This record gives sequence, C-alpha cells and structure tokens, in this order.
Amino acid sequence: MLKENLIMAWDNIRNSKMRSFLTSLGIVIGVAAVIALITIVQSATGEMMSQFESLGTDKITVTATGNPLKSGLNSSDLKTLEALDNVAGVAPSVSITGSAGRQGILLDEVSIMGKNEKFFEADTTEMMQGRKLAASDMDGNTYVCVIDQDIAKSMFINENPLEQRIMVNGQSYAVVGVRDTESTSDLMAGMNSSSSADGTIIIPYKNALALSGASNYSTVDVYFENTDLSDQTIADVEGVLDAAFNYKDNSYSIMNLGSLLDMMNTMSTLLSALLAGIASIALVVGGIGIMNMMLVSVTERTKEIGLRKALGADPLQIQVLFIIEALALSLAGGIIGIVLGLGISVVATMLIGTAFAISWGAIGLGAGFSIAVGLIFGWTPAKKASSLKPIDALRTD
Amino acid sequence: MSEILSMKQIIKEYQMGDETSTVLKGINLNVNAGEFLAILGPSGSGKSTLMNIIGCLDTPTSGEYILSGREIANQDEKALAHIRRKEIGFIFQSFYLLSRQTALKNVELPLVYSGSDKKIRREMAEDLLKKVGLEEKTNHLPRQLSGGQQQRVAIARALINNPTILLADEPTGALDQKTGHQVMELFHQLNSEGRTIIMITHDVNLAKQAKRVVQILDGNLMEEVV
Repeated sequence: MLKENLIMAWDNIRNSKMRSFLTSLGIVIGVAAVIALITIVQSATGEMMSQFESLGTDKITVTATGNPLKSGLNSSDLKTLEALDNVAGVAPSVSITGSAGRQGILLDEVSIMGKNEKFFEADTTEMMQGRKLAASDMDGNTYVCVIDQDIAKSMFINENPLEQRIMVNGQSYAVVGVRDTESTSDLMAGMNSSSSADGTIIIPYKNALALSGASNYSTVDVYFENTDLSDQTIADVEGVLDAAFNYKDNSYSIMNLGSLLDMMNTMSTLLSALLAGIASIALVVGGIGIMNMMLVSVTERTKEIGLRKALGADPLQIQVLFIIEALALSLAGGIIGIVLGLGISVVATMLIGTAFAISWGAIGLGAGFSIAVGLIFGWTPAKKASSLKPIDALRTD
Repeated sequence: MSEILSMKQIIKEYQMGDETSTVLKGINLNVNAGEFLAILGPSGSGKSTLMNIIGCLDTPTSGEYILSGREIANQDEKALAHIRRKEIGFIFQSFYLLSRQTALKNVELPLVYSGSDKKIRREMAEDLLKKVGLEEKTNHLPRQLSGGQQQRVAIARALINNPTILLADEPTGALDQKTGHQVMELFHQLNSEGRTIIMITHDVNLAKQAKRVVQILDGNLMEEVV
C-alpha cells in the first residue's frame, strides 16, 4: 500500500515536473540557507575557537594596574599565589622595547620580554637550537637569553648564534637558545613577534624588571593543575590579589580564557540559532507553496479522488496518498537543499579561508525541517481530499 | 434465488436553500442474485441518485437498504468504502480510467485498496483483461485505446474484486452503436455466468436487453412489463 502510494506520488510529481520543481524551490532555498549559514558560522567560529584554545585554557592572566599605594605585584605576592591549591605555577611577564647590538649591527626596536621557567614549561613554541630558560637562570644575576629566528637571522649571518654574546640594552647576554616562533599556532607568540619590527629577545624576568625600571610585576600568568577546579582557584587568586592591593577597587583584572571560550561558544550557538531561525522563514514560505500546490492538485484531481473512492479507497488511504505526495515534494526539496547548502558552505569557507567542517546537526535539522514542513502543510490539502464526497467528486466536470 | 438487495421506502431529500426537494419518494426494490436489471428513466427522474445509493456512494435520508444482509443507512465513510470495495463494481459512462496508468494498472487499482499482494494483483488483472479480449493491450495507456476498449478495461476493473453487483451507469452512452453492442454482449456473457448486473439508462432499447426493467419517473419506481 505504501509502496503503491509512493509510486503514484512519484508519477504525479514526474508528470508535472516544472510545477513540482517550482513548488519545491522554496524548500530548497530554505534548507540550503539553514545548512549554509550554520555550517559557515560553525566553521568560522571553530577555527577561531581552536586558535584561542591554543593559548591555553589552563591559565589565567592577571593584569595588575595597581593603585597609588602599590604599583603591581611583588615577589612575595607571587609566592603567595604559587602556594595556592591547584596552582601549577606562576609566570610573571615583563615587556619592554629596547635595543640589541653585536659587532656593529644595531637593532633598536627589539621586543625584550622577561619570563621565568614556568612560561617555558607551558610554552609550545619549538626551539630551533639550544635550550629554554631554566629555573637556575632566574637568580637575577645570570645573563642568558633566548632569541627568535628574526634576531638570529639579522645578527648571525652564517654563524651559529649559540654561546655568542649580544648586547641587550647595554648589558652583555649569552644566547642559549633560538625559538621558532613561526612553528607555533600560538596567537600570542605571533602577536609578540610581529608587534616588534626587529624581533623578540627573552631574558630572565628579574633582569627584565630591572631593565624596565619598575619595581613590581604588572602581568602575571597563573597556571592551573586541574581546569575543572578553575572557578574555585580563580576565587582564591582574587582573594590573594584583594589582600595584596589592600582591598582597593580596580587594582587588577583577570583574563580567563576558559570563560571567554565558554562565552564565545554560547555566542556562536546563539548566532547559529538566530541565523537558522531567519532562514527557516524561507522554509515556512516554501511550506505554504507546497500547501498551495497541493490544494490546486486536490481541486484538479477531484474526479480522480471520487473514482478512487468509488473503487473502494477509504478516507485514510486518500489522505495518505496526498500526504505522501506533499512529503515527497518537500523531502526532494530538502535533499537538493542540503546538497546545495553544503556546496555553498564549501565555497564560502574557502573564500573566508577557514576549514570546512561538515555539520551533521545542520543536515539533520534541514532534513527534519523539510519532513515537518511536508507533514504540516500537506495535512490540510490531504484532509480536504479525503473528506470529499465521492458523488460530488464524480459529478464534477 | 437468494435476495442480495432490498430497499424499503427509500427517501432522499436535498436541501436547496430554504426548499427541500425530494428526489426519491419511497423506493421499494428487491434484486435477486443473478438478475440483469435495467433501471430506466429520463434525466431528472432521480435515477442517478438511486444509483449512488445502490452503489453506497450516498446514503438515503430515510428508509431501509440492505445489501448482502447488511444495513447500509447508518454506516460511516470508512465502512461505506469497504462495502463498495467488496460488493460493488462500478462502470461509468465516461469510463474514468486513470490516464497516466496502463490498462493493467487501472484494472489492478481496486485491489491496491483492498491490500492484495502485487503478484496476485497482476495475475488477476491479466486474466480479466484476457476475459474482456484485451490481452494484447495490457501495457497501453487509456489514450492509446478506443472508447470500446477503454470501457472493457473499466469492466475488467469493476470485476476484479469479484463484486456482488456490477453497477453500470449508461455504459454505452459514450460509445457508437457497434462498440456499444459489443459491450452489451459482454454484459450478457457475464450475466449468463451468474453475475448480477444493474444498469442505469435512459435508453428504452438498451433497457429492453435486460431480463427485467424497472422505470423511475419523478422519484417513483414502477415495475415495467417488457
């Protein structure tokens, strides 16, 4: 019975190709729009998200702006932070712009960063040569540095930079390592190297603090052992900072990448839902198109309906025939729409330059929507057909 | 002979605005198995309404109609559809074949609604097309067939559920004399095989070919002696 109905529905669709196509077009456009918008949004935000994730969700960055009584965090504050539960390490960061020179080559716009060994432990940037800075370099009297490949290129032409000495803001440092900042997907590392025209030199944080002329640290990364407990740990960190700044407001801010990511996730979901909602207006319009076509079809085929009833079709069988026809129209539109939508997504993601990620959720949504539209908008015409009186239907000329 | 159809005081009224028009004014009719009955009447006599009620396409306003031992008056749409499927084989003046389906598919259609197996459907439809002399035309579309051939396809379709009554409404009305004659020949053959036939017509000469003729005039039925 179902198969017969499918065949009959198919015959009817095939016999009015143009009309069926135009009727389905609304669904095609609606489904394609839903799929394309969701896929593009998810691909784009997915890419953005993975970049942010590479920054590390297992840390927070404390920016201590300080107040007139205390300009930043001092060493004992750092020790207090480090002693908190679930804190894996504390990495202060000092950033200044200075000069670097060697054998008549002078670079006067070099980004000089002060870091400790914790930074290097968490850092994913590969070393091209040599070693990272270690805990033993952090006594304040050890003059070693790690340079990036830009500095290496401009200062050591055809020379091995390791164990060579360079002048950093007038102080002689031994090069112990070369970082490959191009190897990393780390957004921050990328920004650091590009923010300075000549390159980046990393020296022990205490040395950098002395160079900067400040007495306290204004930027500190706090690494977590277990990110599941980060809310509690953030509260603990805030407690320490409040005490350190004597409970003065606006002395510090905390950037929490984890919560930022959560927020972005929520926003991306909301954006997807909003766009899908707008696109589904096209689906509703498409559904009305199907309903219109089916109502016309019922009127045109009144005599056929009467005949089928005279031959013994009960109302339900007539209803099923017309619903299947509506479903076939909307589902065909849905399938074409899915293919079209994916095609658009591939092209669009290529143009934007993000990776194309197939969204099964969107495809399911498109297919589900088109079935629902077929059922909802096919119902009324089918009901109308099934409730036609056979004598009235046969009498129509 | 056993009685298969019994009508007592069948009245059919239609509401036309404020007025009620009575189309059938108390019809009494009994039909036995194996009869070939013609219902003769001019247009407007109520013969189409009577045919619709006999064919369970419509229900009477009042009166008692028993078909194969079943009271028809109080059945719902679904039940009526099932009764039509089992008891009635319709033959219409203008054939009413589905234009996009082959002769074979048209003949199979009633069996689709009774849910028969595809293979059985096919075999039965082929047998019946052979019986009406169209075994060569099974895969032709209606438009590829002559009027007489189309009506024979319709007769095969009417027979496929092995109905209690073959109900024909002006079966030769759209045919020329010669093919009309062939269709009537087929009716005689079917009747001689024991099939009960009720034919509605306005044509006296056609009615005379039946074994029994009743005449309907202005909503009243009277037995006519031929």
